[in-house]
Amino acid sequence: MLIELKKVEKVYKVGAVEVPALRGIDLKIEANEYLAIMGPSGSGKSTLMNILGCLDTPTKGSYIFAGREVANLTDDELAQIRNRKIGFVFQTFNLLPRATALHNVELPLIYSGVPASERVRRAAEALESVGLGDRLNHRPNELSGGQRQRVALARALVNRPSIILADEPTGNLDSKTGAEIMELFKKLHQEGNTIVLVTHEEYIAQYSQRRLKLLDGRVQDDIHLEESR
Amino acid sequence: MEIRENIFQALQALKAHKLRSFLTTLGIVIGVTTVITMLSLIQGMNRSVQGQIRSLGSNTFYIQKFPAIRMGRLGEKYRKRKDLTIEDAQAIARLCPAVKKASAYAQEFPVRAKYKGEKTPYISLIGGTPEFLELHQYSLERGRSLTPLDVQHRRAVVVLGADITEDLFPHLDPIGQQVLIKGHRFTVVGTLEPKGNFLGESMDDFVITPITTLMKFYGKRRRSVTIVVEPVSVEATQLAIDQATQVLRRRRGVPYDQPNDFEIMTLDMLMDVYKKLTGSVFGAMVGIAGISLLVGGIGIMNIMLVSVTERTREIGIRKAIGAKRSDILYQFLIEAVTLSGLGGILGIGLGVGIGELVGAISPLPATIPIWSIILGFTFSAAVGIFFGIYPASKAAKLNPIAALRYE
Ligand SMILES: Nc1ncnc2c1ncn2[C@@H]1O[C@H](COP(=O)(O)OP(=O)(O)OP(=O)(O)O)[C@@H](O)[C@H]1O
Ligand SMILES: [Mg+2]
Repeated sequence: MLIELKKVEKVYKVGAVEVPALRGIDLKIEANEYLAIMGPSGSGKSTLMNILGCLDTPTKGSYIFAGREVANLTDDELAQIRNRKIGFVFQTFNLLPRATALHNVELPLIYSGVPASERVRRAAEALESVGLGDRLNHRPNELSGGQRQRVALARALVNRPSIILADEPTGNLDSKTGAEIMELFKKLHQEGNTIVLVTHEEYIAQYSQRRLKLLDGRVQDDIHLEESR
Repeated sequence: MEIRENIFQALQALKAHKLRSFLTTLGIVIGVTTVITMLSLIQGMNRSVQGQIRSLGSNTFYIQKFPAIRMGRLGEKYRKRKDLTIEDAQAIARLCPAVKKASAYAQEFPVRAKYKGEKTPYISLIGGTPEFLELHQYSLERGRSLTPLDVQHRRAVVVLGADITEDLFPHLDPIGQQVLIKGHRFTVVGTLEPKGNFLGESMDDFVITPITTLMKFYGKRRRSVTIVVEPVSVEATQLAIDQATQVLRRRRGVPYDQPNDFEIMTLDMLMDVYKKLTGSVFGAMVGIAGISLLVGGIGIMNIMLVSVTERTREIGIRKAIGAKRSDILYQFLIEAVTLSGLGGILGIGLGVGIGELVGAISPLPATIPIWSIILGFTFSAAVGIFFGIYPASKAAKLNPIAALRYE
């Protein structure tokens, strides 16, 4: 079992008001699953993803990642998990604007202490695997949206994580570019990666094997499909 | 994360705001420039003063009617003092076993020496004894020095300092020629080797005649002599001072319960006074430099706080992909230190340049001590650490999700 959530709740405090975003989520994810999280806006998808990605911690309940209770981990241990075990892809790419594609992809390796020459080699490889071998020295503003998301994907992959989390990775892309990105995820899944992604769109969700529908911070539906497209 | 990577990233970040970075470092630049310039000038001056004093033989001492260094007008108690005389010097030489030589001299200043059409600028006419030149380590270039007979017979003879020889006799042998000084004719009997400059003052712009001649021509009244004393050895200096003091007190009839009515000055004392003087100049400079480093440091802190806010998203991204608190802390700390360190380097460069320039266009010598460069750099880096730590820890503590959401 890679991931196990038990009665996870998340409450945001805005001034004196408490906003419950998750109201008791139970969820198990196995290695090499391909899970799509769906649901209306405000249902708590991003909140759940941030918790899964160890960017945020639950207010209540337990989150066990690879056998370890996340609530008991220190800040540095969380950073290390984000660095080595989890690859995060954002809707808005979140690349460093002044750094080249290569340097952006190198960053996770820098933080895990990989020596410079190996870093460059691995970053270049990751960029090649997403089809950007000829754009190593471009900066984000010199790349198209689809290319930027590929760089972000390469960055998520470069440290060979055990799971890739993507929060609406195609949300800022047209459907053709989105489909290209989805082909990459499909390939990654076939290579044995675990993938969790959030989407609004049915055609995106069709790539997955399992669909988790959220409503008002609760699991409304958890559908396992026989096979993916 | 390696330091090299950190410095590289810091330089990238600073390059993105070149003008802002430059303006931010100005305080540091000014502080370090001031310190380096002052240090190099003071150090250069110290060297020159020390060298000079060593060349005089640091154990000779001087006896004068008035203190050499005084503030404002002399008080009643000083003005009523009796003059020191040639006979006082002779008595010290005769009566003190610890004294090797004692020589009296007086000065007439300013005077101009003339020969045919030529005229020197204002110089001093020293009335001295044969020992004067030896005690001050002048060596003869041509002719002869003063002799005891010159002194005894009050002969109108002079030995010329090198500047005077050059002014009046550029092509001619001066020995045997007559020069006119303040209404009297003197025969040139010798010339001196040049001794060079000391703190921008020439040490060769004087002529020397027997002290007795000086008194005869220009009057004895109201003219107190200075007595130069050389002890028999360095160890005997204090003894010589004590003996000379006793001789003078007796000759001048100072009651046993009264203080000396004359001043004794050793070169060490002069050196001390000099050191105090440059020390306080230096202290003031350090104060100014300290203030500008402080202002510079606050500037750096301010700009780093701005930078942390501007780059909140970047910090969020870095944290999301695995940067630890310490990684972010070092990143911003190194950026602050790079900023202040660059200011320090700029300041060192400017300081060295100004020191050299002053050394080149003025007689003040400049010596740049290596430790001052290290000090300047260390200080500016320390300012970066001190004022960078708060913004950096602020950045390190940001919550990744909050930082990523920051607009
Ligand atoms: N930082 C926050 N502070 C306060 N409330 C928040 C915060 N983040 C999310 N929320 C609230 O939590 C709830 C769930 O938000 P979340 O972003 O998880 O929704 P979502 O399912 O991702 O929506 P969308 O599809 O629009 O991205 C919402 O009601 C939102 O207002
Ligand atoms: Mg969302």
